[in-house]
Amino acid sequence: MSDPTTLTAAQAVAAIEAGELGAAELFDAYRVRAGADELNAFLWVADAPPTDAPEDAPLRGVPLGVKDLFCTEGVPSQAGSKILHGYCPPYTATVVERLARAGAPLLGKLNQDEFAMGSSNENSAYGPVLNPWDRSRVPGGSSGGSAAAVAAGMAPWALGTDTGGSIRQPAALCGIVGLKPTYGSCSRYGMIAFASSLDQAGPLTRDVTDSALLLGHMVGEDPCDATSVGHPEAIRLPQRRDLDGVRLGVPEELSGEGIEPGVLEAFHAALDRARELGASVQPCRLPHAPHALSAYYVLAPAECSSNLARFDGVRYGVRADADDLVGMYTATRHDGFGAEVKRRIMLGTYALSSGYYDAYYGRAQRVRTKIAQDFVAAFERFDFVVTPTSPGVAFQLGAKTADPLAMYLNDYCTVPMSLAGIPAISIPCGLSEGLPVGLQIAGPAFSENAILDAAFALEQTIGFDASPGRVA
Amino acid sequence: MSVDYEPVIGLEIHVQLRTATKMFCSCALSFGEEPNTRTCPVCLGLPGTLPVANAQAIHFGLMIGLALGSELAPRSIFHRKNYFYPDLPKGYQISQYDEPLCRGGRLGDVRIHRVHLEEDAAKLVHAGASGRIHGSDASVVDFNRGGTPLAEIVSEPDVRSAQQAGEWLRLLRTTLRQLGVSDVNMEEGSLRCDANISIRPVGARELGTKTELKNMNSFRFIERGIRAEVARQEGLLRAGEAVVQETLHFDPRTEAITSLRSKEEAHDYRYFPEPDLAPVTISAEMLERARAALPELPAARGERFERELGLSADSARLLSWRAELGDYYEAALAGGGPEPQPLANWLNELVARIDVEDPAQSKVAPGALAGLVTMVTEQEVTQGAARQVLDHLVADGGDPRAIVAREGLQAIGGGDELDPVVQGALDANPDVVAKLATGDMKPIGVIVGHVMRETKGRADGGEVTRIVREKLGL
Repeated sequence: MSDPTTLTAAQAVAAIEAGELGAAELFDAYRVRAGADELNAFLWVADAPPTDAPEDAPLRGVPLGVKDLFCTEGVPSQAGSKILHGYCPPYTATVVERLARAGAPLLGKLNQDEFAMGSSNENSAYGPVLNPWDRSRVPGGSSGGSAAAVAAGMAPWALGTDTGGSIRQPAALCGIVGLKPTYGSCSRYGMIAFASSLDQAGPLTRDVTDSALLLGHMVGEDPCDATSVGHPEAIRLPQRRDLDGVRLGVPEELSGEGIEPGVLEAFHAALDRARELGASVQPCRLPHAPHALSAYYVLAPAECSSNLARFDGVRYGVRADADDLVGMYTATRHDGFGAEVKRRIMLGTYALSSGYYDAYYGRAQRVRTKIAQDFVAAFERFDFVVTPTSPGVAFQLGAKTADPLAMYLNDYCTVPMSLAGIPAISIPCGLSEGLPVGLQIAGPAFSENAILDAAFALEQTIGFDASPGRVA
Repeated sequence: MSVDYEPVIGLEIHVQLRTATKMFCSCALSFGEEPNTRTCPVCLGLPGTLPVANAQAIHFGLMIGLALGSELAPRSIFHRKNYFYPDLPKGYQISQYDEPLCRGGRLGDVRIHRVHLEEDAAKLVHAGASGRIHGSDASVVDFNRGGTPLAEIVSEPDVRSAQQAGEWLRLLRTTLRQLGVSDVNMEEGSLRCDANISIRPVGARELGTKTELKNMNSFRFIERGIRAEVARQEGLLRAGEAVVQETLHFDPRTEAITSLRSKEEAHDYRYFPEPDLAPVTISAEMLERARAALPELPAARGERFERELGLSADSARLLSWRAELGDYYEAALAGGGPEPQPLANWLNELVARIDVEDPAQSKVAPGALAGLVTMVTEQEVTQGAARQVLDHLVADGGDPRAIVAREGLQAIGGGDELDPVVQGALDANPDVVAKLATGDMKPIGVIVGHVMRETKGRADGGEVTRIVREKLGL
């Protein structure tokens, strides 16, 4: 076989099954590519394929890139933060473990925004990741390393996490497929937490079929995660070629003002293709969606301020020297955390403070409930809600680093679904300024199979070429 | 004119639950193992780990709620209590806040405010001479205790004295021990108590400013600590000064009360609902299971002692509030023989003579006490001689009958043996005899005392009186 890294993961599985390709050969091909990474996507690359890989496991040894914040036993798991520099956990995250058992061994750990806080991957303590479509631009974030590695053909597929858009937005900016599953369908055990009520693991893949294949081996209830419920049905590989009778709702609030014209153009072109496949496309309302970012930037920082309290220099990670306990805490956290992480810890600490709790946290929770109700109402009339994934295409490195609010707006279209806990996928739907544009399809809780079917039908007709050969 | 003050005291009790595993992970509970051998990624707060609530702890919490007559919340939630300290590996404690497992209830004469579940902190060990954090060279953390399930029981401010606090805590300990939910060992820290203390002029309705006395680790220290703090507050008020709201530490060695922190330094714990845990919902089946697991509780036991054994209310209360006494009592009764009330009275005599809380840990076997009481009620020994026998039993254990024989403490029966001794007493006290002859019976005690001395207490006072009357023709 010429270059096995040009295959999608599903094609590689089939090739190995057919005896046309060896799993070790494939692993080595990716190891070499990952080792030659020029995008700063990889923070760690495996030396060799695992010796104890189950040979007849369904994923056949097709290797997996894993976002840094997933704990992997004995392998650096730093969540893109200096405070965890060199930290190697004594255990492996449930989804990584599941995938390894299913035959997808760990290829490497992928760069990310520190503790998943960011939309450009510029908040990593280990330097920014470059977008393979244009190396002067960001790959999106926070799963920027995962998206760039898959887009550049350095990994067949990768795990990311999505709190407010951290899978979907980088997938959109790198021209690949990113799926945020229903909250609770995949275990969070072993994911270094950002915002517990929002974090969810998901696949970043070259196409929709790979997304379904990987997700199918991720979902499941975990006795180690009390919020995991598994998935009520097995995840199927998508087959659907048409969208007959499918009702698409286009929320006015997320598809007009604030979206770049080129993005809107590609989005509307995709809607035309959906109509051609038999879908009905109608405007819908998500009246509270414009408040989603405000609520999100209270709730997520509140949870993060508590989740990140454990990084105190006492037990693991970096510890700064000081004369007393408070001095040690202060110096460790001052030195160990980056600016965005500190900003969010302060925001969250303030929002939870006595006397402010009701005005901020309590109110944001009520907004969250309203947003979830908006979606419930929308799904009474529509099968899916569709939006552009991101208001813009990949931007220049450094373009938004001085303006946190401009950076936060990147998640304008993805945060509402996160707050509602519902699944959403981003698929590439065209180009604007020569850069990929993402289409987001969101459905009711646990509608992943239907979403994957619809995404697959659109993918076939759009025919976006995301092959690594084109961009490497 | 001086005002009388009354203390108003509320108690907060932390009880380590005797579950198989910790509150939020599968580590076995620790009982003095090597430091940091009962830990896992979860209770060490390693990155990425998540808590899972212990079903047995919730079951125990429900049992406690049922035993205290609390209202059990069909849905309660865990919160995070955020603060930084090395004994708290996550930087927050998972506890319950405004939606606890149990609300209200009553135990004895004190109402219950609430009962909630939480996790214990780890243990800081301070290296260096003082053993306390100030002045120590270094501190190390033992995480074995971290994550042990705790039930926090908060009383209403219904306690009015140090003694009442001590008695009530013993009742609570008994109740928890009967439930089998905890070792309730204060020395080992499985039962810990804080007291909220204020005083107010007798008759006043308004509460005074309260202070919180932290973490006293024996019943005796609690009573002494409360007494000391009440006295301190009274001193302040009588001197025209104000009580300041603060958290205090009582040093049982010096009786000194020192401030740990003032109200201004109080933490803002930034409570919010724990997003890693689902709300605790109580099914009918869980309730039924908790109900079925309830043993006989002190109140019911006391009623049974009164109803079936005819014990006085005081005896029944003592024996039921302190389960170890009730258990010893029932063991002694089971041997057959002793009458219930005298046995209860004699158990009191025994308790007064031993320096352990539980008479079962003394040298006096329940059967020995029962035998002694039977001998008393059968008038084989007198009360006075029986007390001597009890002293022997407490000192060396053994069989009361053998002690009586060895020490020659058998009661002197009527007539033959006692008669000459009484005669001797009369002969030795002619002035008393003269008074008795006039019908003034008051000085008969002199005669009885004389006989008791002569017989080493083996004579029965009533019998002596009878013989005196007979001899003098009274």
